Amino acid sequence: MDRNILICGVGGQGTVLSSKLIASAFMADGEVVHSAETIGMAQRGGSVTSHIRVGRAVFSPLIPEGRGDLMLSFEPAEAVRNLNYLKADGIVIVNSHPVKPITESLKETGYDGSEMTAYLQQHYLQTYVVDSHEICRPFGSVKFFNIIMLGIACGLGALGVAQSLVVAEIEKKVKEKFVEVNKQAFAAGVKLGENYATN
Amino acid sequence: MVAGYPGTPSTEIIETIFHVPHDGVHLEWSVNEKAAMEVCASASYAGFRSLVTMKQVGLNVASDPLMSLAYVGVKGGMVIVVADDPGPISSQTEQDTRRFASFARIPVFDPASPEQAFLMVQDAFSLSEQYHTPVILRPTTRVCHGYAAIEFDEHYAPKSAEGFIKDSSKWVIFPKLSLRNHELIEKRNVQLATELSHYRFNTVLEGNRQARRAVFASGISYSYAREYQQEHQEMTLVQLGTAFPFPEEFALQILSGRDEVLCLEELSPLVEEALLRTAGRHQLKVTIRGKLSGDVPHAGELNVRLCAQILDRFYGRVAPQAIACRSDLPALPQRPPVLCAGCPHRGAFYAVKVAMKKQKAYYCGDIGCYTLGNAQPLDMVDTCLCMGAGITMAQGFSHTDPEAVSFAFIGDSTFFASGITGIVNAIYNEANIIVCILDNATTAMTGHQPHPGTGFNLMGSYVDKLKIEKILEGLGVAKLEIVDPNDLKASVAAVKACAKLRGVKAIIFRSPCISIVKSKEKCVINAKCKNCGICIKKLGCPAISMDHGQTVIDESLCVGCTLCSQICPHRAIEKVQHG
Repeated sequence: MDRNILICGVGGQGTVLSSKLIASAFMADGEVVHSAETIGMAQRGGSVTSHIRVGRAVFSPLIPEGRGDLMLSFEPAEAVRNLNYLKADGIVIVNSHPVKPITESLKETGYDGSEMTAYLQQHYLQTYVVDSHEICRPFGSVKFFNIIMLGIACGLGALGVAQSLVVAEIEKKVKEKFVEVNKQAFAAGVKLGENYATN
Repeated sequence: MVAGYPGTPSTEIIETIFHVPHDGVHLEWSVNEKAAMEVCASASYAGFRSLVTMKQVGLNVASDPLMSLAYVGVKGGMVIVVADDPGPISSQTEQDTRRFASFARIPVFDPASPEQAFLMVQDAFSLSEQYHTPVILRPTTRVCHGYAAIEFDEHYAPKSAEGFIKDSSKWVIFPKLSLRNHELIEKRNVQLATELSHYRFNTVLEGNRQARRAVFASGISYSYAREYQQEHQEMTLVQLGTAFPFPEEFALQILSGRDEVLCLEELSPLVEEALLRTAGRHQLKVTIRGKLSGDVPHAGELNVRLCAQILDRFYGRVAPQAIACRSDLPALPQRPPVLCAGCPHRGAFYAVKVAMKKQKAYYCGDIGCYTLGNAQPLDMVDTCLCMGAGITMAQGFSHTDPEAVSFAFIGDSTFFASGITGIVNAIYNEANIIVCILDNATTAMTGHQPHPGTGFNLMGSYVDKLKIEKILEGLGVAKLEIVDPNDLKASVAAVKACAKLRGVKAIIFRSPCISIVKSKEKCVINAKCKNCGICIKKLGCPAISMDHGQTVIDESLCVGCTLCSQICPHRAIEKVQHG
């Protein structure tokens, strides 16, 4: 199958682990996978993206503009910033909780992410908005949001790879003592995704 | 032997080797690129294979050994991986290492994908051994930060070698040897160019056999062009995997009988120039298009969309469906890189700022996370040039404007890499400067590599930490202070004490990078907060923001450095234990 998946967010949100899990799940499924990270200068706080490209006739490490099938965005403005990569009928799963850059706090522009999610919902039929802080509450930390995001994409049937393969990769790649809680987080995401799909 | 110095996007090479089985390999983070290349030169003189890694600006540092090594040559294969950074995405320059290879008269391989990079390393080693020359592999950022599946033998064992055999006519560079070898190298390069004309990554995808046009692409540009070629199978697409020595025979075959040729390459028009030379020498009536003709931009990186636009223009096509460019996007918040919440550099910069409030001062920055001290509201970096330049530039300002206080900010890893000689120079030449060493116990910006001050190395050994204070004392600084940058009062006092004295003074601001220690503390805002926003306006910590008029601290980011609490005029911020 051919599939282009874009993950975007802010450095420190755990996007790289999501990308690695998706890529290896596809590989376990026998697909040819290429992926790439764009990382800026900073350890944290800058815009980051991961591009996952599944298919045999793939050459560019980054998704060519307008060819993305699915976007997992960990931050509302980052979703809008990367829309050029998405197909007109692409699927967007976006966190409504903003990461406010310090420059915004200094200028007090009032950025709170709502304008971004509204724009996405208006222009992309398949936009799914999820509040990371709310869904992560039972797990005690927003650090699990990256795994929940994968669950949502799976539950929606948007990822293109079987749930069981993603779970198998979580078991392989996550530190042993965190495997169980990550699997629970993944299951919570799947449930939410399935709810979205039926509504 | 494998040695290098961290630098985006080359760092992961050594980190990957560290994480896969590498028994029998001496692996090191060297103190800088010059050291790495020289350490590896010995290994290759002794017949062992060696790999040196760095980013493009690192090659400037290592250019001294490289230029001479190109003349002397090697016995065991030596591959120098130099990662270029078109864009530039995280570099000071858009220099082209292929150009450096041609300057040094040594071969360079230019991979179009991670898979090719893997195969080319092996080809480069073979070529290096066959021709006794160092060989450069030049991947660019998109290749370096791309992932692909490769297969390799985990039971790989390093080749044995006979060891260094003394022969001063071979290994000691003298003018006579240089003259003789220069002659031989130029002859060899002619031979190499012929051999490379048949190289497996100098290829042509013939579209329409009678095509009057052809496209040459080098490195990642070839991958972008392949995306286009998928939809335009009639195009003739050439990959040029070895830009130097230029495989003229191969290029000539393709140029003959064409009317027009386009060159897609990033950074400098190296292939384009070589094609122009080839066409000129053989008096071909062919137009060569590329950067020099204005068809391809000189600066910045290429991508699939840009290449498609250039190719559409070249083939006289109207783009069938330009990607709908949305003009109605909401205004996006800017997200420049900033110092992390709780980064100890923030305290150091702020303390100097407070201490120098009424004094004229120059702030010379350097290469590392702390370059981000330039951002508002700190605004504490006036200059940044290259590794180690902060100290020597502060010295320069101390001579041009003796009335001002000249500061240098340098990290611990950069201090070891190229800061020490600058201090020697400043002391000897009677400078009046304050050197602020921001010691966070790691090479932070490139992802926390160890260095001589950390107490361990890549061979898995715990070693004695080189103590920065001992080095500074040994050099003879006029005054040395060691403070915790998260203690604002003490830090300000240290700066003021140094500013009173003449000579070269040093302050070590010592506190580990927040990414290498797990904090159990955080700061919370209490009821005394007047929402004045002073903490935000003075410090610019990304954990603090204004939410509908309320000052809030993001608990997931805060590490409890307490800098905000120390400057709060209302005592409204307290430190508490996490969870």
